[in-house]
Amino acid sequence: MTSIWLNQIIQGILVGGLYALYASGLSLSVGILRFVNIAHGDLIILACFAQFLFVVVFGIPPVLAACVLVVVCAIVAWLMQKYLLDRILHHGIMPTVLVTFGISICIQNSLLGVFDADSRKVPAGDLDIASVALTDDVFIGVLPMLIFLSAVALIFVLNYFLFSTQIGTRIRAVAENPDTANLMGLPTGRLYAVSMAMVGVSIGLTAVFLSIWTNFDASAGQSRLLIAFEVVVLGGLGSLWGTLIGGIILGVAQAVGAQFDAGWQALSGHIVFLAIFLVRPRGLFPRD
Amino acid sequence: MTNQTIEWVLRAGLIGFGIYLCALPFVSGLSTTAMATSFLVTLTLAMTFNLLAGYANIILLGQHALVGIGSYGFFATAVLLGVNHWIAVLLAGVAAFLLAIPLIAFILRLRAAYLAVGTWVFAETVTLASGKLSAFNGATGISIPVSLAKAFGARTADRVETIYWMALVLSVVTFISIWVFLRHPSGMALSAMRDNEEAAASIGVNINRARAYSLLCVAPIMGLAGAINTLQRLGVTPTSSFSLIDWTVYPLFAAIIGGIGRIEGPIIGTIVFFAIRTWLADLGAWHFVVLGVVAIAVIYLEPGGILGLIRRYAKVSIVPVAHRMRK
Repeated sequence: MTSIWLNQIIQGILVGGLYALYASGLSLSVGILRFVNIAHGDLIILACFAQFLFVVVFGIPPVLAACVLVVVCAIVAWLMQKYLLDRILHHGIMPTVLVTFGISICIQNSLLGVFDADSRKVPAGDLDIASVALTDDVFIGVLPMLIFLSAVALIFVLNYFLFSTQIGTRIRAVAENPDTANLMGLPTGRLYAVSMAMVGVSIGLTAVFLSIWTNFDASAGQSRLLIAFEVVVLGGLGSLWGTLIGGIILGVAQAVGAQFDAGWQALSGHIVFLAIFLVRPRGLFPRD
Repeated sequence: MTNQTIEWVLRAGLIGFGIYLCALPFVSGLSTTAMATSFLVTLTLAMTFNLLAGYANIILLGQHALVGIGSYGFFATAVLLGVNHWIAVLLAGVAAFLLAIPLIAFILRLRAAYLAVGTWVFAETVTLASGKLSAFNGATGISIPVSLAKAFGARTADRVETIYWMALVLSVVTFISIWVFLRHPSGMALSAMRDNEEAAASIGVNINRARAYSLLCVAPIMGLAGAINTLQRLGVTPTSSFSLIDWTVYPLFAAIIGGIGRIEGPIIGTIVFFAIRTWLADLGAWHFVVLGVVAIAVIYLEPGGILGLIRRYAKVSIVPVAHRMRK
């Protein structure tokens, strides 16, 4: 009996790594660009479909396809920031919410128009089922483990980039006070675009793993956004390591809920989020 | 043409449209009347969305939670508790009001975009939870008994008309109460917040209270819209009663197209929105893409929507909200 629960909790923690991946990009845009990209989840699903096209339809080797995808995502995010979002970021918060919501609806329904409502998955060969036995009846899947470690690595790299490189310091200066940074001669618009490109990298990486982890369909983006949002709020707005903890909490909550009744998986995640949000509205690790 | 002439032309158009709506069930067939009911419900929800987004700075992406709870509230009181059907309709408004109270916790704690997505999470939770209610048949939903449907009209034609009148009364009441509210001191506080939140706070507007009040004021309207939807669909299901598309996305598009932050905006917006939607009906999922692009284009080209476009050339105010200083 205990091994069932142990399995579920380990599974939940590892799913938390995937949720932290969803949320790391959103956390960057919240922390640096100071806006919630409502199209975040749909961009991830769009990238999943791109990976599906690369690997399943065009037959490109998965690892090569993944590298291409991450680069393409970074470029798309950079372009989106430079030509679309940069023009409205300074006109208050309402236009960015409405525009990113509009983008979300456009992406979701374009995918629905092209791929119908069918769900897709990118096969990962042996990786799909490979697992390591911890004890006789507690197992860890290799793929979930790989995703979790990638999440930790991504967060480490992003943190290093932001806190230990010159460009990261500049980005933080712009995030802290755009007007002053502008006066100091920092190219605000370009730094925003670079940050968004980093968001694109995290979106691409997330999509690579999400597309082999589970089935996805055109309308899956919005629930990804809600999970990413919950993780970001739980972790504390803009705190990258907080997103890892937030992701684990949500993953475990869902796994435990699912153990009681499979239909309660999503709902128990939301309920745990709302409960923690009531007690700690600024998240578990508020940055300032 | 002077501004005043244009104003009166537009007002005459609006009044003419109102008269057309009052005559509609007598001159059109059932399907037109049913579609006009959907139009009025969308208009009502576009008006509530506009009041919250345009004045109180609450982008309520979880509007469908309050509409859906109205649907379920109506079903629960009319069918499960056996309350008189008209009282049950009103209790749908009460249900939405009660659900709006916990939403205030979000308003006090989150701002702007976080609040928008926060209310969406709330709505998603309520939707999923409604799928667990065995009294409502869980995720499959449940139909209303024939006797309840017949209480609103013995024949289908009578029922469609009754539901139409309910929707018309609801949208007119919504419009008038928003108008009266905006001319009232607390409404003027909201207008001040729309123009500049910090300045409004500095002259003594209690921002959080004004935002909470405006949510509580419009919540019952959303619940009543939910009751009308239950009657239109003759039942409740989590997906249709708590529809993000019908109760949040469509009203949002209509409000953006017409012009957020002006009381007339949703009326013009919903008319144009329905025209576009009917015109694009054959496109399937792609019609959303067109609507999304239109909405995005509006925000870039003219954030004030169609009304903002008109006001570029003539500073008209079709429905006067402002108080003029007497000379």
